[in-house]
Amino acid sequence: MDFLRNAIVEIGLWIEGLLINAGLAEPAADVIMTVVGAFVVGFTPLMIVVFLIWMYRKVSARIGGRMGPNSSGTWAGPWGLVQPIADVIKMFTKEDIRPQGIDVIPYNLAPIIIVVAAVMIWAVMPFGPGAEMVGADLNIGIFYVLAFSSAALIAFLMAGWSSNNKYAVVGAFRAVAQLLGYEIPQLLSILIVVMVVSSFVGPQGNPLSLQSIVEAQEGMIFLVVLPLPALVFWLASLAEINARPFELLEAESELVAGVQIEYSAMKWGMFYVGEFMGSVAVSALFATIFLGGWRGPWVDTAPVLGTVWFLLKILFMLNVWTFFQMTLPRLRIDQMLAFNWKFLVPLSLFAICVIGVVNKLIPEGATSWLRSGILLATNVVILLLAWAVLAIGKRRRELRAPAGAGVEVGA
Amino acid sequence: MLEQFTFVGFLFLVALFLGLFMFGVPWLLRLRPRKSSSYKSDPYECGLRPHGEAWVQFKAQYYIFALVFLVFDVEAVFLFPWALAYHHLAFYAVLEGVIFILLLTAALIYVWRKGALEWM
Repeated sequence: MDFLRNAIVEIGLWIEGLLINAGLAEPAADVIMTVVGAFVVGFTPLMIVVFLIWMYRKVSARIGGRMGPNSSGTWAGPWGLVQPIADVIKMFTKEDIRPQGIDVIPYNLAPIIIVVAAVMIWAVMPFGPGAEMVGADLNIGIFYVLAFSSAALIAFLMAGWSSNNKYAVVGAFRAVAQLLGYEIPQLLSILIVVMVVSSFVGPQGNPLSLQSIVEAQEGMIFLVVLPLPALVFWLASLAEINARPFELLEAESELVAGVQIEYSAMKWGMFYVGEFMGSVAVSALFATIFLGGWRGPWVDTAPVLGTVWFLLKILFMLNVWTFFQMTLPRLRIDQMLAFNWKFLVPLSLFAICVIGVVNKLIPEGATSWLRSGILLATNVVILLLAWAVLAIGKRRRELRAPAGAGVEVGA
Repeated sequence: MLEQFTFVGFLFLVALFLGLFMFGVPWLLRLRPRKSSSYKSDPYECGLRPHGEAWVQFKAQYYIFALVFLVFDVEAVFLFPWALAYHHLAFYAVLEGVIFILLLTAALIYVWRKGALEWM
């Protein structure tokens, strides 16, 4: 029973013990364990993606009121479970069409970069309590994540520009405008969390490390304490991973497939996998920063449960993502830019000022409950103010516009 | 610290292996013969043969948005050390940070009033 309580760490220790018993020096065993850990961490997102491809088909079929993989006419295993494997086989065996006039090196490098960047994010994700359950609890954790999540921009730009296709080039332009722009609210909403972390965990914690962000949520998860940054972060992240309603890079009804248009077979599959991996990474990040990561009941007695809670929270966020994918229409480019620069950026700047001042005014010795309550109230007030400003702006535009002028554009 | 970056290095190798595996296996297997013709390998353009250069000129508007982005990205670089030290700061230091943000908000308002944020 004791073994099961902390199963993942215990298995690691057991393998390391086996290696040392087999006559290996301890440093060498450590290196081998690091490699094993890297394999486990690297393949985790891939496993989640394989599951997600199946789940996405099931949930989207249910939302769309149509047949899913288990009843689509072709046999795909019980509950359609074999569908992802069939997808992979299809992708691997298709003909790889390479169009004329492409820029070969960036064209081939782009799908690799997308997959590599999506895997690299997982190095700093805390899967459970303690230093053993994080790949590398870097002291610059958040920066590391943000750096690799914006690497997708380079891949999209390379893919779009090198494809020798007008649609792809327009997709690359949009990639620059969208992914660059939405990085700002993403950064600023995380900045608010970084400011607040020390007030909860005390001065010894490092606010940039994801593990201490999870530790700071001991009393209350940050979704409740800071709902406004959570909302801004989720919307900006959706734009960063090119998910609906910010699907402008591949807008199939205007740009056909945007940056991916000239890719076929497994190279296209890598964009597909990269997109899913991006959504898994964003869900994991949201679960870590705002939903308390591995926190949950009975984690103190059985640390292995932390991993289960973390995966369940990722699953929940993935369902939210699927729901967004299936229900929201795509924004136009002017709406997308206006929503970022005229709403999210001013809102998060304002929130930084107000939350920073309010949190500093709360006395040092206040209980975490009191602090959470005051911060929650501040967030709600900012949200109401933002809503009021939007409503007033809408009313003024309606008064100014002549009757029957059509639908007003912009946020 | 170095140990942790060793892990990151190994993870990079694993990630590179994954990417190259997905990329390389279909290329090595080559289960479908590659039959190419000049029509087939044309870039896609709604079924017609492509007309003119694909590498068209950038719309200048994108450039303005990139410039605005640069301002705010640099601002974020300055703000993160401030947020990191936030717990140890006195109240007036927090207010100084707020004034810094307000100065940049003034820049955003200027850009907004100039109409650079309108998509034309």
